Amino acid sequence: MVYIPRTEQEKTEMLRVIGVKTFDDLLADVPEDLRLERELDLPPPLSEFEAKTALRNLASMSLDPDEWTCFLGGGAYDHYIPSIVDHISSRSEFYTAYTPYQPEVSQGTLQSIFEFQSLITRLTGMDISNASLYDGGTAIAEAVLMANAVNGRKHVIVSGCINPLRLAVLEAYLGSSGFKISVTGREGGATDPEEVRSLAGEDTCCVVLENPNFFGVVENGKPIGDIAQTSGALFIVSVDPISLGLLKPPSEYGADVVVGEGQSLGNSLSFGGACLGFIATRSQHIRRLPGRIVGRTVDADGNRCFCLTLQTREQHIRRERATSNICTNQALLALRATVYLCWLGKHGIAEVANLCLSKTVYAHRQLLDAGFSPRFTGPFFKEFTIKMPVDAATVVERLAGQRIAPGIPLGRFYENETETLLIAFTEKRTKAEIDELVLALKNAAGKGRGGS
Amino acid sequence: MRSRKTIFEESREGRRAYTLPSLDVPAASPDAVLPPGLIRREAPELPEVSEPDIARHFVNLSVLNHHVDRDLYPLGSCTMKYNPKVGEDVANLRGFSELHPLLPEGLVQGALRLTYELGRTLCEITGMDDVTMVPAAGAHGELTGMLLVRAYHEDRGSRRTKVLIPDSSHGTNPASVEIAGYEAVEIRSDSRGRIDADSLKSHLSEDVAAIMVTNPNTLGLFETEICKIAGLVHDAGGLVYMDGANMNALLGISRPGDFGIDIAHLNLHKTFSTPHGGGGPGSGPLVVKEELTPYLPVPVVGREGDTYRFVYDTPKSIGRIHTFYGNFSVLIKAYCYVLMCGAHGLREAAESAIINANYLLSKLRDGFMVPYDGVCKHEFVLSGKDKLKAGVRTADIAKRLMDYGFHPPTVYFPLIVEEALMIEPTETESRETLDRFAEALGRINAEIEADPEKVKGAPYSTPVRRVDEAMAARKIDVAE
Repeated sequence: MVYIPRTEQEKTEMLRVIGVKTFDDLLADVPEDLRLERELDLPPPLSEFEAKTALRNLASMSLDPDEWTCFLGGGAYDHYIPSIVDHISSRSEFYTAYTPYQPEVSQGTLQSIFEFQSLITRLTGMDISNASLYDGGTAIAEAVLMANAVNGRKHVIVSGCINPLRLAVLEAYLGSSGFKISVTGREGGATDPEEVRSLAGEDTCCVVLENPNFFGVVENGKPIGDIAQTSGALFIVSVDPISLGLLKPPSEYGADVVVGEGQSLGNSLSFGGACLGFIATRSQHIRRLPGRIVGRTVDADGNRCFCLTLQTREQHIRRERATSNICTNQALLALRATVYLCWLGKHGIAEVANLCLSKTVYAHRQLLDAGFSPRFTGPFFKEFTIKMPVDAATVVERLAGQRIAPGIPLGRFYENETETLLIAFTEKRTKAEIDELVLALKNAAGKGRGGS
Repeated sequence: MRSRKTIFEESREGRRAYTLPSLDVPAASPDAVLPPGLIRREAPELPEVSEPDIARHFVNLSVLNHHVDRDLYPLGSCTMKYNPKVGEDVANLRGFSELHPLLPEGLVQGALRLTYELGRTLCEITGMDDVTMVPAAGAHGELTGMLLVRAYHEDRGSRRTKVLIPDSSHGTNPASVEIAGYEAVEIRSDSRGRIDADSLKSHLSEDVAAIMVTNPNTLGLFETEICKIAGLVHDAGGLVYMDGANMNALLGISRPGDFGIDIAHLNLHKTFSTPHGGGGPGSGPLVVKEELTPYLPVPVVGREGDTYRFVYDTPKSIGRIHTFYGNFSVLIKAYCYVLMCGAHGLREAAESAIINANYLLSKLRDGFMVPYDGVCKHEFVLSGKDKLKAGVRTADIAKRLMDYGFHPPTVYFPLIVEEALMIEPTETESRETLDRFAEALGRINAEIEADPEKVKGAPYSTPVRRVDEAMAARKIDVAE
């Protein structure tokens, strides 16, 4: 094996130093009947060239990104990733390091996490952030567990307009622990504050809102935040971080915890992973925050430096009483988000958000002009729903021939939304691509239910 | 060393790094299309820096890190082995990296096939029947595993409340158990550093849902009575979960499925050579025996002839534990590693990991206490207890090792060893590196005798001197 720097002669000498004759002597504590007497049944080993070819062949079995135009969103977005992001994150100083347990030799990772935490607080308007969570879905689940740790309550009110995949994650996380989950309706495409009010009470642990929500609609968070506050519940808001270049930070409408999916911040789609969950909250909840936190301190010479802090919340110290079981997180993705947000800077984040908005507004207008009707009418940011005259999944199939992935048919999530298509527009989508999409959808829809 | 500026301190009004596509559609004014109350009025205070500023800043930060490509990183139970470069290249193939997760299955066949084939490979390696590739890290796998345990028992109408965990276990084990709604009950290791099957009996009852073992355990020792332990737990109606963090010792040597394990997670970022990324992303696939298959999280990747698809119609599933399908980009690297290793290479990795650990142990045995001596597997644990009389703690030894250019081992873990030093060299270290490391520890030993203050003041040559972690916890400063 080329990754093992040892010759047969070295192996013999090392066994001699150990004081055994053969390798099998080192298996003395493995009962003989538990030793595998055959080789594993795996294909013969490949050279690097052959392995690369095999992987290339697999990669080519999926769609060719050069030929396809993709309008899919739904929690994963095709934003531009600047070269600097790949170049920084592919430095082995970063990617071959472990969790920075020993701060004296991990300042690079530690300071970059501190900067990540700072960027997330600046974007969300919150006081503190952790070092990352697995993804946007588990971040919601962790936020709810955190809310329960803060107020001890077990009734969770969740907007029915949040991403159904994230809702499913929340249900799986809470399913076994005696929580009651109330999901509001999604009929209008936005969360109805009156329904939240009717559900909220003294037992309400938290209210979970997504903004913009799964249908792309920008929610009015303030009245919902007020209801949460009145009932002593925590207000948890899940955001698309890019939207915060343009939309009011959740801190301004009463959020106690802000979570989200950071894939859109300089991280590739990669079939939905690795993703980047983030969580930010108010200072008073710091001891309930899950996961790693980096803090600033000084070294023995009084120089400013960084280290993991408040580790007594964490599983490796507190074990069964930890705030969360998370250990390995998504650090390298957080580094990429950090570089990306520095690249955008104060003005770039607004500019990219405005580009998304303009493209989306343009596409919406073109589709309406072409005779399509919106499924929901609320304000939107970079994604919206359109009602197709035929089954939306059929439309998706029909557009495959033109190498267009036009959006997500919502019938796969909701039985009564089979004709709804969710379409997203990032700054990468050009006017020409949008025009082509509109024309293609018009043609596909015009074919009626029968033809294909 | 002078303190380094943060990126915020490097910000200068008017500098910028970004370039964005031109606006080729009519500009939409936020005020015209969004309700005024929902619009941000003050721009977020992100830094204003140029691309050269960013490159300098992060490259200068990067060189402050110790990392595997630089030198030995012997963190016990973390398996900091070399990460083949080809893995990074293949993960960046655009047919993987630019795939949207909600594309129709017909357009993502390559990704599905890779996921399926890696899963089958992991089943063969572990001797298990089925797999989910979704968990994003080891602890995520543990939580998923505990949710499976719960679903399994509830399906049989049984409400069990406790999960047994040895006192040498990783901290994630009891934390995962609690989140799944179980009570973690600690069982004590015996004088051999192992679970004693006879004393386990007293803990078994109809309340016990499962036992969570780590094999080899965190002392680097194979649980010699594992079959008997599994049998006893099974007889009591419980399941046996294995934390597979230490699977590097068993590749091609022994299979969990053959010693009574029902559920196990693997850490692709340990055993299967994918990088740790400074703390992630990892991947924690879960392998199970067929009686647990109905409960696996959705979606499972299935195969029909040459077509691969997501399977959702599993009514007994615990549901969804990740928004999409886990850390797919990590799976690509692990798959490439397995392709290049083959059966022989995997076995050789495990053998060499065991040889390296035993070689290093034999070099260190004279200078350090070995609380549980004998042959070890992939790692071993020393105790610095006898150094306390010179006023030197294990933490001091760890810091002094940095002056010799090494990352310290895991320290103060497992909790059952006082002043523990937990050392896992991995198979990708050469004999010379191990010799240098042993020599460094030998010299530190001599320093403890001759000049303990020197050791207690370490490190001296690192980018920063000893860090005041207590102050960080006292004066909380976690964002700028």
